[in-house]
Amino acid sequence: MATTVARAGDTLGGARRRPAEGRRRRRPSKTRWWVVLLFLSPFVIGLATFVLYPVVATLYYSLTNFQAGSYRPVRFVGLNNYRTLFTRSDDFWLSVRNTLWMVIVMVPVRTVWAMLTAWVITRVKRGRSVYRTLYFLPSMVPVVAGALSFIVLLNPVGPLNKLLGLVGVSGPGWFSDPAWSKPSLVLMALWVSGNTMVIFSAAMLDVPRELYEAADLDGAGPLRKFRSITLPAISPVIYFSLLTGLIYTFQYFTEAFVVSGSSNVESSSNQLLGYPANSLLFYSTELYRQGFSYFKTGYASAMAWLLFLAIFAVTVVFIRASRRFVHYSGGAR
Amino acid sequence: MTTVPMPRRPLTGRRLLNKIAEHALAVAFALCFLLPLLISVLTAFMTQRQAGTGSLWPSPWDFGNFGRVFHAMPFGRDLLNTVIYAALATVGTVVSSVPVAYALSRLRWRGREAFFMVVLAAMMLPAQVTSLPLYVLYSHIGWIGTLKPLIVPSFFGDAFSIFLLRQFFLTIPEELTEAARVDGAGELRILLRVMIPMTRPAIAAVGLFAFLYAWNDFYNPLLYTGNSQSGQTLAVALTQLAKSGHQNAYQLQMAASLMFLLPILVLFFLAQKVFVEGIAMTGIKG
Repeated sequence: MATTVARAGDTLGGARRRPAEGRRRRRPSKTRWWVVLLFLSPFVIGLATFVLYPVVATLYYSLTNFQAGSYRPVRFVGLNNYRTLFTRSDDFWLSVRNTLWMVIVMVPVRTVWAMLTAWVITRVKRGRSVYRTLYFLPSMVPVVAGALSFIVLLNPVGPLNKLLGLVGVSGPGWFSDPAWSKPSLVLMALWVSGNTMVIFSAAMLDVPRELYEAADLDGAGPLRKFRSITLPAISPVIYFSLLTGLIYTFQYFTEAFVVSGSSNVESSSNQLLGYPANSLLFYSTELYRQGFSYFKTGYASAMAWLLFLAIFAVTVVFIRASRRFVHYSGGAR
Repeated sequence: MTTVPMPRRPLTGRRLLNKIAEHALAVAFALCFLLPLLISVLTAFMTQRQAGTGSLWPSPWDFGNFGRVFHAMPFGRDLLNTVIYAALATVGTVVSSVPVAYALSRLRWRGREAFFMVVLAAMMLPAQVTSLPLYVLYSHIGWIGTLKPLIVPSFFGDAFSIFLLRQFFLTIPEELTEAARVDGAGELRILLRVMIPMTRPAIAAVGLFAFLYAWNDFYNPLLYTGNSQSGQTLAVALTQLAKSGHQNAYQLQMAASLMFLLPILVLFFLAQKVFVEGIAMTGIKG
C-alpha cells in the first residue's frame, strides 16, 4: 500500500517535472537539517536515554557482580555470569524449557484458533458483526483482569469443573496442577486471540469469490480450495501472527506472574513465582526474580542480554525461512 | 422456452441445514468467549460464602461487594493514579510521536531509511533489556515509587506509535503537502494544518492504543511503583488484593476487576470502528 502511493507520487512528479524544467521550478529538495532535528529531537533524546543507554549499561552490568542497592564495590567478573547461567543454574534451564514449551505449543495453537474463529465468522452472513464483536471483546479485557477471571473460572472446585461434572467429566486441577498449568495458560491465550482473528477475517473476506466459484467448476473439494486459495491469501497473516506471537512469548510475563502469585492464596511473596512446582517459571519471571527480588543485577543483566540475542536470532531465522512460504499479492516480493 | 431465468433458490433442505449449522457453531464459539466474563460478573454478586465454591448462580444476590472493594483496598486512589498515568501517557505519546512520523514520511534528509530501521529495532527490543539500568537510574534520582518513570518516557516518542503513524502518513498524497510547501508554508504549519487534520482517525487510533497500553500495563508499574503505596496503579493493586490475606475474596476481586475494565469496555463500544480498523492496520501494514 505504502509503496503504491509512493510510486504513484513519483510518476506524477515526473510528468510534471519536464514542462517545468524551463521555468526552473524548484524540485522538492532536502529539508534543512535543523528543521529535521527539531522534529526528531524529543525522540532522539528518548532513544538515547531510555533505549541506547540502558542497552549498553545492561551489557556492562552483565560483566560485573553488580547488585543494585548494595554498597559492595562493583567488580568486573568477565563472563562469569554467563558461565554460571550455562553450567550451574538449574532454575535458568527450567525457565528456558518452560518458555520453549509455550513457544512451541501456545504460538501455533493460538494462530490456528484465530484462523478457525475467523473462518466461522466469514461463513456466517447475517449477524457477522455481532459475532465478531463478541469474539473480540475478551481481547479488550486487561491482562490482569483476564487472569483473575480465569483463576476463578479454573478453580479446581470452581465453575468450569462444575460444568464439566454435569456432563460426567471430572475436571483437572488446572492452575494448581503442574501438568495442567501451562495448558491452562494456553486456554487463556485462546480467549484473547481476537486481534489476530480480526486480521484473519479481513484477509479471508478479501479473497475474490470468483476464485472459489472457478474452483467449484473445476470440481475442487473444500480441502483443496483451502490449500490452493485461502491459505496463500492468508499466509501473510499467519506469518504476522507467528512472528509477533514468538516475540511476545519469549517475553511472556504478566499472565504467568499473576497466575502464579494469585492462584495460591496461602503465599504472599515473590518466592513462589513459578507455582505450582515451578511449572510456570518462565524466562522473564526468573529474570524478574533474580533482578528485582534478589537484586542480582549483574546476573539478571546477563539473562536479559541472552534474551535479546535469542529474540534477535530467532526473528532473523524466522523472517528468512518465511520468504519461502509467505505469498504477497501484488507480484514481486 | 427453457431459458427462463432461474428463480432465487429457496431456503430449503441442505442449504437451510447448512445455515443452521453455521449459526450453531458461531453461537457455540460466542459462548466460549463469553463464559469467563459471565462467571466474573456472577461471582461479583455472590456472598463471600458462595464465591469460589463452584456455584454458577448467586443466591442470594449480594450487591455490596462493589462498595466493599473501597474498604479492602484504596481503590479510589489507585484509580486516580491509573487515570493520571493513562491520560498523560496518551498525550505524551501522541504529541511526541507525530512529529517524528512526519519527519520519517514527509521530510527529506539523508539517513532517513537508516533511522527508520532504528525505530523498527527499538520496537522489537524486549523491555527486560532496558529495565535493570532504568531501575538503577530511577532510584538514583528518587523516582521509584512515583508515577514519573511511567509517564515521563512517553513524552519522548514511542517506537510502535511512530511506526503506525508513519504508515498512515504515507497514504496521504504527496501533492497535498507539496502544494502547501510551494505556497510557502513552513513544515510545522504543514504538519498542523494539512497532515494532522487529514489523519485524525489514525491519530485517534494511536492515542487509543497508548491509553489501553498504559491502563493495562503491569510490568512497568510493578517494577517502578510496585512496593510504594502512593504510586500504585490498579493493574498491580488488583493482584495484591488477591493476596492480601483474604482466604477467599473472589467476589471482591471480581467486583474490583469489573470496575477496572468497565471504562475500557465503554471506550471500546464508543470507538469500536477505530479499534478494529487500527488493528487491521497493524496487521496488514506490519
